[in-house]
Amino acid sequence: MKTVRVLIVDDHRLFRSGVRAELGPSIQVVGEAEDVETAVATIAELQPDVVLLDVHMPGGGGVEVLRRVLTAGAQVRFLALSVSDAAEDVIGVIRGGARGYVTKTISGAELTDAISRVADGDAVFSPRLAGFVLDAFASTEAPPIDPELDSLTQREREVLRLIARGYAYKEIAKELFISVKTVETHVSSVLRKLQLSNRHELSRWATARRLV
Amino acid sequence: MLRPRAGRVVAGVAQGAAAQLRLDPVVLRLAFVLLTILDGVGVVAYAALWMFTATQQIEHHDRAGSRDWGQVAAYGLLGFAFGALALVSGAAAGGLAMWPIAVGGIGSLILWQQADPGLRQKWMTSTVGRVRATWVRSGIGLLLVGVGVIGFLAAQDQLAQASTGLVFTGVVLGGVALIAAPWLAGLWRELQKERTERIRQEERAEVAAHVHDSVLHTLTLIQRAAHDPREVTRLARSQERDLRNWLYMPKQDADATLAAAVRRAAAEEEDAHGVPIEIVCVGDCDLDDGLRAMVHAARQAMVNAAKYSESSVVSVYLEVEPGEATVFVRDRGKGFVLDDVPGDRMGIRQSIIGRMERFGGTARVKTAQGEGTEIMLTMKRTTG
Repeated sequence: MKTVRVLIVDDHRLFRSGVRAELGPSIQVVGEAEDVETAVATIAELQPDVVLLDVHMPGGGGVEVLRRVLTAGAQVRFLALSVSDAAEDVIGVIRGGARGYVTKTISGAELTDAISRVADGDAVFSPRLAGFVLDAFASTEAPPIDPELDSLTQREREVLRLIARGYAYKEIAKELFISVKTVETHVSSVLRKLQLSNRHELSRWATARRLV
Repeated sequence: MLRPRAGRVVAGVAQGAAAQLRLDPVVLRLAFVLLTILDGVGVVAYAALWMFTATQQIEHHDRAGSRDWGQVAAYGLLGFAFGALALVSGAAAGGLAMWPIAVGGIGSLILWQQADPGLRQKWMTSTVGRVRATWVRSGIGLLLVGVGVIGFLAAQDQLAQASTGLVFTGVVLGGVALIAAPWLAGLWRELQKERTERIRQEERAEVAAHVHDSVLHTLTLIQRAAHDPREVTRLARSQERDLRNWLYMPKQDADATLAAAVRRAAAEEEDAHGVPIEIVCVGDCDLDDGLRAMVHAARQAMVNAAKYSESSVVSVYLEVEPGEATVFVRDRGKGFVLDDVPGDRMGIRQSIIGRMERFGGTARVKTAQGEGTEIMLTMKRTTG
């Protein structure tokens, strides 16, 4: 397996060194950045495969890094990492272009796995993010503007529900009698809808719901 | 002395004074009415008491602020009748001079009310219409005071002599106001600055107090329990939850909605058993008897998972749909064989399956040795 080159962006030095120490041998940490400015510069310079991105940072936070790097057209994938868990932040950073969201309490092994998954172009949903998505796509009576983007299929719903219940992809595949690859496809498709859907309920829902 | 808002006739002055003097408020109300009729001094006394007493703070706004208009009318009629009687009999003839004072008293009362910080804030925070109402009130107050003063002088037949004096006084006062205005304005600004500073300091003190009581305390406990990783985790998680609630969550009543109740159950069992319980809620609804039973069953499932499964984490997922609510409690522990559980063990059969069935719900247990356990609870909803 080829090693994944990772850049850690977080304003807490202790946290950065903690993550560095915990990651498995398949991950190579190529650099660290502590604020938006250095993050944008370092990403351009090092071209990492995956950026571990803290949501709350001085100078605009993770969303600002996403905006500046992705509008510049860089081919780099982001995995958001946060202590916040507030719907507003989670949905915001995913819609900003991150391919996954995990909380900072995640174990080293799980984080390693999540990074590899993002590096392969898949999406990583924590149980809480899955719950948010189900909630956001459920809470509407208005007919969707674009049915393809604005609603989840039955299968996607089932997959998200299992993620929210704490199932790993492998367990979901077994439960639904489908392959892990198919599970990944469903999750990626949900991610795409989450990022592209113009349903304004989505952002309104996230801001209205400041619950954890 | 405080003026109660509940059961007041005009402003609650008589009621407040009666409570202080341990009298029936009716006695004092009659006294005020009589004194007013005789020479207006009743109104003056009432107004003075109104000015100098604070309104009793009330917790419940529902009906407490309402005033008994029937009583107002009754006392008004009584006063009118007495007044007519007094006028006919000539008993009130000497008291005419007090009326201007009474009118002026009411005017200044209105002005004083404007200065009441609570009321001012109430008026300032709402719409333009309210602000205009403030000006109208101020105007009426000034007018009444003016009428009172002029009326008093007229009644004493001294208006003519006073007019020159009044002009002089006015000019002097105007001059003094011009001299003092910048200083007063500065003083006002200083006062405002001091006030915001004080508010800021109070907020800071509140945050410091919270951090001290919770975070610092927990950090101390963690240092003392450093040899016990399980206890450290438990402390840290419980503190994290507490801080998160304080920062992000609106005050929630755990007895009101399903999600709040499940969250609380998870928090309490996490604290009791030291195993992290991850909870995800989708949707929410009010509690009813069936859903309450489901929360109890879910709590029992969490206890089982935390105590017996040896799993490092328990996942709880609640989903509320239009017709029903479902809770999943899952661990990745050692699992068990349902038929091997002795019949006298209350946990699974009685507290979970039995309880759910009694309330018309269902409980499904999915478990296999070495693969963990998942308990799925479903209950029909009856609430909105």
